[in-house]
Amino acid sequence: MKLKSFVVLLSLAAIITATAPTFAAGGGELEHANVNVRDTAAAQRGAQLFVNYCMACHGASYMRYGRLAADLDLSEDTVMKNLVFGDAKIGDTMKTAMQPDDAVKWLGKVPPDLSVIARSRGVDWLYTYMTTFYQDASGGWNNKVLPNASMPHVMWQLQGIQKPVYVTDEAGIETVDELVLHRAGLETPEEYEETVRDLVTFLAYLSEPAQLQRKSIGIWVLLFLAFFTMIAYLLKVEYWRDVH
Amino acid sequence: MANPENTQAASDNKLMAWIDKRLPVTALWNNVMTGYYAPKNFNFWYYLGSLALLVLAIQILSGIFLTMHYKPDAELAFASVEYIMRDVEWGWLVRYMHSTGASFFFVVIYLHMFRALLYGSHREPRELVWILGMLIYVALMAEAFMGYVLPWGQMSYWGAQVIINLFGAIPGIGEPLTEWIRGDYFISDATLNRFFALHVIALPLAILGLVMVHLVALRENGSNNPDGIEIKANKDENGIPKDGIPFHPYYTVKDIFGVGMFLMIFAFVIFFWPEAGGLFLEHDNFVPADPLVTPEHIKPVWYFTPYYAILKAVPDKLMGVILMGISVLILFFVPWLDRSPAKSIRYKGAWYKIMLGLFVIAFLRLGMLGMAEGTPAQTIEMRVWTFVYFAFFILMYFISPRAKTKPLPERVTH
Repeated sequence: MKLKSFVVLLSLAAIITATAPTFAAGGGELEHANVNVRDTAAAQRGAQLFVNYCMACHGASYMRYGRLAADLDLSEDTVMKNLVFGDAKIGDTMKTAMQPDDAVKWLGKVPPDLSVIARSRGVDWLYTYMTTFYQDASGGWNNKVLPNASMPHVMWQLQGIQKPVYVTDEAGIETVDELVLHRAGLETPEEYEETVRDLVTFLAYLSEPAQLQRKSIGIWVLLFLAFFTMIAYLLKVEYWRDVH
Repeated sequence: MANPENTQAASDNKLMAWIDKRLPVTALWNNVMTGYYAPKNFNFWYYLGSLALLVLAIQILSGIFLTMHYKPDAELAFASVEYIMRDVEWGWLVRYMHSTGASFFFVVIYLHMFRALLYGSHREPRELVWILGMLIYVALMAEAFMGYVLPWGQMSYWGAQVIINLFGAIPGIGEPLTEWIRGDYFISDATLNRFFALHVIALPLAILGLVMVHLVALRENGSNNPDGIEIKANKDENGIPKDGIPFHPYYTVKDIFGVGMFLMIFAFVIFFWPEAGGLFLEHDNFVPADPLVTPEHIKPVWYFTPYYAILKAVPDKLMGVILMGISVLILFFVPWLDRSPAKSIRYKGAWYKIMLGLFVIAFLRLGMLGMAEGTPAQTIEMRVWTFVYFAFFILMYFISPRAKTKPLPERVTH
């Protein structure tokens, strides 16, 4: 009986939430990335891809090489040999070699830092973005989820070249319906999807390195609190014996 | 003070006796803890006051550690938050405690306020307890708003832009007023610096002071209870309320259990769901503030969205701002709007259950609509619920003195 009003409120809230209209964020349909940040092997491959394909233009300037080595089970030596180019040290952050002035000259704008990109865009968006580059009628690169992206398809040699199939709606607006592989790349479409998944796994890790520790510590914290609360409950019952 | 017996400091402990002679610690403890008799029929809703105090303590402690590493500088703020998340030992935990604590503060405060509406805790003689509570709530909204600007993400920046511009709707002084608030022609480093000062020093001091006075006012008449009757009307030969039990140890041990339950939920969010799906930490706020790029969809954090929806429901900006202001102000007058002979929902009759239920739905729906993108259909729905929101207060004034109530019990029930 004590909790009756609370139960009433909860059921009200449940009804409202159930009848909620969908507040979709927009941006078209996204593929599911299905990444698992605990897949260290995938994150390691992703780190290699990130360094090879992304870091020429994008930095991850809040991330230190040393932290990456520790979290992804790599020795500092391995990281220095395989992932660090230029004269960066193990304690340095992953800065891009591109100067901001050059970036504006070459690309029109400074490419965003990717340290927390997976937290702002979400992994599904990143996965879809990296799989839906296509060559449009002008012969330049375009993208299905980010139309007229200023970024070229840096992994095109792996994926190959996709061309769009357009549909025209009643209003006469042409949109990309699907993409077909026009010229095969070094990888099969399945292999390429795995490659992008590895990259996105790394980006997901990169956006919050603490998430690996967070969950494993969290379980112990919850277990302790459950034990504490149980003791507190028994104490309460003991004291309240003389009230009832 | 209320009970002269309790002010007698009688400590056998030599150290305590020495202290009590100079500082009335034992007397104060007796007065507010062991000698304070609280109704014995508190239910779930009565955990929330102590939980609000707990969250306040969490926010102050975690905030102190954040200020050790945070840089209130438009060039450095965003990076310093990521530095806390990555390079500071346990920084991520402190930051998540603070960001989750902000949202939980509002969850707890909203439920605490709802409790008052359930059982008439704001009614005579506790009107000032309610008004002081409302002042805490308003100060907390300012505190949360300014705190949200500090990470200097896109939502920090543009959310602040939208909210500060609301003051621009005031005729005549609007524009100069917004400049005075920002300290610049646009949101800038000057704004960030002053918001940091207000968030870290001015408002926490104000909140702490108000909480103290809120508690003093509460202790003066003692807590209300789910039956909404005064336990002091029935006292035994020693002058102790028959339905009262000493706050300590009975409610201290009960509140410790409440704290445990609360911390389990709190810790679950911190360790497993800190973004709360974009509600507690918004996705767009992981993009550094950029005065040149306006985000597609600007919205305040969830605890402000009910009021934001009321603002958006009105086509005219000034009228919207006024209505939004009234939607908060009207809460101050609830002790006088409710004129029912019964304080508690248990004895008020069905009308109040229906109205309060609709009010809760209106508040939650407005909150959801305030985050939505604002299609024409949603705007119409916002207007409907805005109407329901205000109808609750206005109808209460007219229905409460006339509606038939159930007979009040002599003593508290279980």
